[in-house]
Amino acid sequence: MSKILEIENLTVSFDGFKALNNLNFSMDSGELRVIIGPNGAGKTTFLDVITGKVQPTQGRVLFKGKNIQKLPEYKIARLGIGRKFQTPRVYLNLTVRENLDLVCNQNKNVFSTLFGRPNSGEQRTVAGLLETIGLDTKANLSANLLSHGEKQRLEIGMLVAQSPDLLLVDEPAAGLTDEETENVGALLLSLAESHSIVAIEHDMEFVRQIANDKVTVLHQGALLCEGTMEEVQNDPRVIEVYLGEAPE
Amino acid sequence: MNLEFETGIQRKQKERRYKLIEIAVILTAIIILAAILPSVIPAFRLRLIGRFLSLAIVALGIDLIWGYTGLLSLGHGIFFALGGYALAMYLKLQLPEAQIPSFFTLYGVQELPWIWQPFYSFPFTVLALFIIPGIVAGLIGYLVFRNRIKGVYFSILTQAALLVFYNFFNGQQELINGTNGLKTDTEQIFGVLVSSSGVQRTFYIITVIALFLVYLLCRWLTSGRFGRLLKAIRDDETRVRFSGYDPTGYKVLVFAISGAIAGIAGALYTVQTGIITPSIMQVAFSIEMVIWVAVGGRGTLIGAIIGTLLVRLAQTFLSESFPEIWLFFQGALFLIVVTVLPDGIVGWWQDYGWVKLRSLLGGNQPLVTYPSLAEDPDVQQERDSMSGN
Ligand SMILES: Nc1ncnc2c1ncn2[C@@H]1O[C@H](COP(=O)(O)OP(=O)(O)O)[C@@H](O)[C@H]1O
Ligand SMILES: [Mg+2]
Repeated sequence: MSKILEIENLTVSFDGFKALNNLNFSMDSGELRVIIGPNGAGKTTFLDVITGKVQPTQGRVLFKGKNIQKLPEYKIARLGIGRKFQTPRVYLNLTVRENLDLVCNQNKNVFSTLFGRPNSGEQRTVAGLLETIGLDTKANLSANLLSHGEKQRLEIGMLVAQSPDLLLVDEPAAGLTDEETENVGALLLSLAESHSIVAIEHDMEFVRQIANDKVTVLHQGALLCEGTMEEVQNDPRVIEVYLGEAPE
Repeated sequence: MNLEFETGIQRKQKERRYKLIEIAVILTAIIILAAILPSVIPAFRLRLIGRFLSLAIVALGIDLIWGYTGLLSLGHGIFFALGGYALAMYLKLQLPEAQIPSFFTLYGVQELPWIWQPFYSFPFTVLALFIIPGIVAGLIGYLVFRNRIKGVYFSILTQAALLVFYNFFNGQQELINGTNGLKTDTEQIFGVLVSSSGVQRTFYIITVIALFLVYLLCRWLTSGRFGRLLKAIRDDETRVRFSGYDPTGYKVLVFAISGAIAGIAGALYTVQTGIITPSIMQVAFSIEMVIWVAVGGRGTLIGAIIGTLLVRLAQTFLSESFPEIWLFFQGALFLIVVTVLPDGIVGWWQDYGWVKLRSLLGGNQPLVTYPSLAEDPDVQQERDSMSGN
């Protein structure tokens, strides 16, 4: 199976502090990979590097075998990497439908955005997505009136609208009620059928719900261990790292 | 499902109704401004209104870049002046064969500087008065936005650019008469004195038409996907990048258009004032432009026009009756707007005024909570089921 994402000897230092330390990572096309790790382990920084927000001090990032370092964020996004942020970031002054439509736009150059009109394919995509994320009755509602969980789902919908091959989701269950967490989990699982996904998570309950493939544990910017949920949970190093935290 | 269908249709109807109201209001305004006003008020008042309407045009440009795109420019005086100077230079050249504008002799200049040559042509001038400021704005924008300078730093840079232009124009006596500027009232256009009432009335009508066209342009730019992207850039530019858009191009284009609009405003203002000098590029004037938009309501377009007219009419009235208090009034006005009406007059009207008025008129009151919440189908359904029982 081909690799969708390969990361080689990645180091990111902020004024000498190594947020990522010689990290190696790779995942197959079609995989749903869960990354866990305590606070400050470098999980968000890891996504920052892949999406071009932070330049690595050392190392390479390959997407479908192509080196994507030094490309600006928007070009990386156009290559097919979509990112959901830790706190939901949707456009609050636009409606739910407009949020999706903006991302769905096939040609994102200035003049085609100015003169183009949404084609029927794009309209269908938006309508389909509204249903997938369960917000079809709120399509014309301004996004600032959505609940936290609905914003999370909308942002995931926006990712998909971008039609990326790789979805990066940063703590999608943070701050959600149990029911909403389950909704988001189910949404991710259904998306996993047609996308490669990296999901970063904190909440072990949620990880158990979605981790069918491999789980990667990050600790202090480096890879601690990797394996199935079962293996990872019983690994003594993982238990030690998580010991200070709530027992799972 | 059924519910969604109904609200969809209601929405369309409401949108159509608003559109009709808007068209009616605009047409009425144009008729009053262009057809009625010129025959009922004295010429010097008309000239004053013409100036205010020119200022409303630049306010639209500020609203485009600030209200919709979130970039607070404190340097629009540059583009305003460039438009004004372009037209003034053309008027200055309406002379008998082989003569050059008389101010040149003060500085011993014998030959027309090359930069003046193209302004013999009327078509060139008409294009130049918005294309030159547009290009200058585009260049400044490109340098700034490419380096991801935004927020306060952008505002400071635009103001610094304004100072550079201001000092440069002041120093160029041999080129554009320095501090004294260019007088247009005593010049001729197509053989008629610029300050004559016929020419002034024509400029007034052109101003009304220009304001209308610029308004339509801004409406077009701010609706649809492009307009929504501008708001997205304003609200969360980083997110926009991760969605595959490069915000730089959008910001450069909008800043250039905004600059071009300021150029048109500057040209019309100049001929209805009678003179243009570098003092038009004083910092206070560029800040005043921002105040008009803040008073009227950012991101509403119509608010920019209303704000400009209100502030300027108040200024005229107050400074005619009580010249010494105007500056205090202006400061107080800005403070009031920032603290009490952060969304400006139009923003306030949309949020509260309209609802109040409807309830006073005894109309139906679906908007018992926050307007948008009442449109929420879930809430609506809850209400219906409760009242249905
Ligand atoms: N821009 C930055 N400058 C300095 N330090 C940073 C920066 N971004 C992250 N860090 C540090 O890097 C470490 C990893 O952060 P992060 O990737 O956000 O962790 P996680 O998402 O796993 O909680 C933290 O100690 C954080 O303080
Ligand atoms: Mg994080």
